[in-house]
Amino acid sequence: MPLTDSLRDDILAAVPSLRAFAISLSGNGDRADDLVQETLLRAIANIDSFQVGSNLPAWLFTILRNLFRSDYRKRRREVEDAEGNYAKTLKTQPAQNAHLEFEEFRVALDKLPQDQREALILVGASGFSYEDAAAICGCAVGTIKSRVNRARSKLSALLYVDGADDFGPDNTVRAVIGGNGG
Amino acid sequence: MKEVKKQGGLNAEIQSRIGHQLRAMYDDVVRQGVPDRFAELIRKLDGPEAATAAQGGGEPDKNNGGS
Repeated sequence: MPLTDSLRDDILAAVPSLRAFAISLSGNGDRADDLVQETLLRAIANIDSFQVGSNLPAWLFTILRNLFRSDYRKRRREVEDAEGNYAKTLKTQPAQNAHLEFEEFRVALDKLPQDQREALILVGASGFSYEDAAAICGCAVGTIKSRVNRARSKLSALLYVDGADDFGPDNTVRAVIGGNGG
Repeated sequence: MKEVKKQGGLNAEIQSRIGHQLRAMYDDVVRQGVPDRFAELIRKLDGPEAATAAQGGGEPDKNNGGS
């Protein structure tokens, strides 16, 4: 369809989630914004192929995901670098304890296989249905479900080793802070 | 380094916590809104032709015979 003002507004409205998705995937704010920019350029260049009435955010996410995939094959991700850069992309730094917990979560997320990470983000954070996530990733709905389950299971194992026994942020934070407090 | 003692038996509390952290991380970025560069980009591009040019898909203005 042609690039109408309303379509332009809809694309604009999807930008914040596209950035969040890109940062979650790449772990790197600068690269994420490059991905978003390229996604927008491609989307607009190929706007004729967008079906009226279909899911615009899902279409845009598909473009971004495919760009990331091709980019990823070329450049290997550096996890240490990613952690540092991710923190810089945040406008408001979380409070100290929350920040430590947040870093730990980020590191655990980075340890997931890419298939599982993207499935978890699409369903658990972007709010896509399993069906939309499957369309974005070009796989079966059952595959997405299984990837999400495996991602959750692995995160749970990485973050909360003994299950409910040492559950909660306090143990984590205390362990990181060490003998800092009384 | 933590040792992984069990992978199954996910309890609902842990899952809810993971979901919360994931969304918190994601929403932190969403709340930043639309950076100016993207707002301008979307405003400025008129359609397929303009986008192709901006993408560098077309002929550059000048090509002074690079290395």
